[in-house]
Amino acid sequence: MTLDEIKKAENIVAAKPRLLNDSTMHYCPGCSHGVVHRLVAEVIEEMGLEHNCIGVAPVGCAVFAYNYIDIDWIEAAHGRAPAVATAAKRLNPARMVFTYQGDGDLAAIGTAEALHACNRGENIVIIFINNGIYGMTGGQMAPTTLLGMKTATCPYGRRADLNGYPLAISPLIAQLDGSCYVTRQAVHTAAAVKKAKKAIRHAFENSMAGRGTSLVEIVGTCNSGWKMTPAQANEWMAEHMLEKYPLGDIKDTTKE
Amino acid sequence: MKEEIIIAGFGGQGVLSMGKILAYAGLMDGLEVTWMPSYGPEQRGGTANVTVVLSDREISSPVLNTFDTAVILNQQSLDKFEPKVKPGGTLIYDPYGIHRLPTRTDISIISVNAMEATLELKNSKAYNMVLLGALLKSRGLVPIDAVMKGLKKTLPERHHHLLPLNHDAILKGMELVK
Amino acid sequence: MEEEIRLMKGNEAVAHAAIRYGVDGYFGYPITPQSEILETLEAERPWETTGMVVLQAESEVAAINMVYGGASMGKAVMTSSSSPGISLKQEGISYIAAGELPALIVNCMRGGPGLGTIQPSQSDYFQATKGGGHGDYHLIVLAPATVQEMADFVGLGLDLAFKYRNPVMMLADGVVGQMMEKVVLPPMRPRRTDEEIAEQCPWAVTGNPEGRKPNVLTTLELDSAKMEKNNERFQETYRLIEANEVRYKEFYTDDCDYLMVAFGSVARICQKAMEDAREQGVKVGLIRPVTLWPFPYDAIREAARNAKGVLCVELNAGQMIEDVRLAVGLDIPVKHYGRMGGIVLDPQEILDGFYKEFPEAKKI
Repeated sequence: MTLDEIKKAENIVAAKPRLLNDSTMHYCPGCSHGVVHRLVAEVIEEMGLEHNCIGVAPVGCAVFAYNYIDIDWIEAAHGRAPAVATAAKRLNPARMVFTYQGDGDLAAIGTAEALHACNRGENIVIIFINNGIYGMTGGQMAPTTLLGMKTATCPYGRRADLNGYPLAISPLIAQLDGSCYVTRQAVHTAAAVKKAKKAIRHAFENSMAGRGTSLVEIVGTCNSGWKMTPAQANEWMAEHMLEKYPLGDIKDTTKE
Repeated sequence: MKEEIIIAGFGGQGVLSMGKILAYAGLMDGLEVTWMPSYGPEQRGGTANVTVVLSDREISSPVLNTFDTAVILNQQSLDKFEPKVKPGGTLIYDPYGIHRLPTRTDISIISVNAMEATLELKNSKAYNMVLLGALLKSRGLVPIDAVMKGLKKTLPERHHHLLPLNHDAILKGMELVK
Repeated sequence: MEEEIRLMKGNEAVAHAAIRYGVDGYFGYPITPQSEILETLEAERPWETTGMVVLQAESEVAAINMVYGGASMGKAVMTSSSSPGISLKQEGISYIAAGELPALIVNCMRGGPGLGTIQPSQSDYFQATKGGGHGDYHLIVLAPATVQEMADFVGLGLDLAFKYRNPVMMLADGVVGQMMEKVVLPPMRPRRTDEEIAEQCPWAVTGNPEGRKPNVLTTLELDSAKMEKNNERFQETYRLIEANEVRYKEFYTDDCDYLMVAFGSVARICQKAMEDAREQGVKVGLIRPVTLWPFPYDAIREAARNAKGVLCVELNAGQMIEDVRLAVGLDIPVKHYGRMGGIVLDPQEILDGFYKEFPEAKKI
């Protein structure tokens, strides 16, 4: 096949979603954010929501999410995305409203906002990236950091007696009557990416159907923060992170 | 016309609501009104007081240190506010529970057996309306139908059947002032 | 709804005015002495009539961020709280200012610092007028003195907020929040339609970028040169507000030998003290700044021109006095008289304080 032939629509097997623009991402090579951004953009596009959608960006590595996906965005203060999204959805209930938050943003400073938005059953989606570390600020300990894991603020490894235990957010959210769908996914293999996309799509559909809050946790890697190669980080994640944060649906009231 | 009134007694005697009904009556009568509940440490002693100003002109301060008229329902309030009635002003008090009587001679002092009258009416909640009647009889201020209009505004609809009882209590209070 | 005359508390007037001025969303959290605002809104159920959203948030922090979210969409949104709660909101207020967003924040001040007291105070003057949150920004600060103004300033506040794309604070106090007065409630102003918002606020994050580039509301700018440009734009807005929006009321300033300056409910108590002083033959005048930012420096300078002294009366340890001194300069003595901790002063007390600071006034 010539290059021109390859470019023909009928021959294309994979394409960048239209909403994902050509800006060069600031994410480190190997980071999970890029893949999740793509999945979110694909779902919005496939559901025809590009003119009916508001994203709420966090403070953390994904702070610039608004630079990459061509929809309307609000950049929230650290941890407050679910409060911002609550107002956005209530003031314009026809819109698809989602937050995109990391584990520092959601599981530390923004725990109250996340928990209460889910408890109120706000018809929003929370995309929650859990890589067990603060990436943006240079690799400090997150609430989700595993015991023994080394970071800039637990350089000898996280110790329960000094730093407390890793916090599993999703099972907490699943207990709340307002949440309708809580799932934990990953994007470290092609199969996982497929499943994660399905989960995000299901969450967005729940939101548009007014079923309550959906939270999609994505266990991700931070190879820079973890000080590994991307391949090592994927292996390390599968071996260690998934033990504490096992994958799968935690709650789905839409199937009951 | 401008009347600066303090109503003072124990919490639960209906001091604040009496002031509110009076203020509403003033409003119905086309007056400017302010209603200012007590503030400060004295509130915690179980006493409650409210300053009501009725005026045909714009009212400046809702907080006052002297008054044209004081309606006094307990000893503490009598001790506190008797000196604050302006010369020539009026002090209305219920002698029930009062052991040290007012002594000033430069103001008119009106004793109203409101508690006794309330017991006769067999309607303990009408106490403040009896006193309001006494105030209206002694000072004029607003016509009784403005008061009834004010009451109708302040009472939730489900309590409107109580309006005649309140009307009777106000008339009773008026009778007590000779 | 037609115009209506009612007797109500200042806090209740804010709630009724919010519905009547077509507010899209109110987000609050209970705290004394302003809880009547949220309570009244919940009792009035405006979502069934105007479609206004009313939400009791999980915290003041969440509430102000809901306001930030709503304001980002070009909606007319507001919150209210009292001093300790306003401290919690400061992060969000800074973001709203940085986002050049319209919003109304009501502070029904109580005595501080810390948990303080639930009684009235004016000790958040510095916080409201000099910043409060981080960064170089200003709120437009309106100080109501009557229940009527508590209602009116909801409309005025929102109008100014949208005109300048800048947050407005109504700096009330427990006196004017808790007292009842006659208030003329405005006739109903309908909420703006989505089309009107899209037209009037082209920057709004409406969620529908059809026919335009996506709108992004962010306060982040890592390029310092660009961030300085942003700041220069904010400062231009502030200069414009200073030039156009100074509001004050003056009483007997034409012939005054002494000038009192007070804001909010205290200005009314001062008015009575001024009247009493005049009955005693002492020519006292009064200026009441209605906007605390922008501050009426020129009006105060003018009114104090021939004065022998200026008394700044505040329910705090002396905060506005710094601006009054800036206005008046060093040639005329400027004194402070105030109470703290939730004590409300009465007219006689002010007069006594005045004679204590300016004993020569009695001899005139």
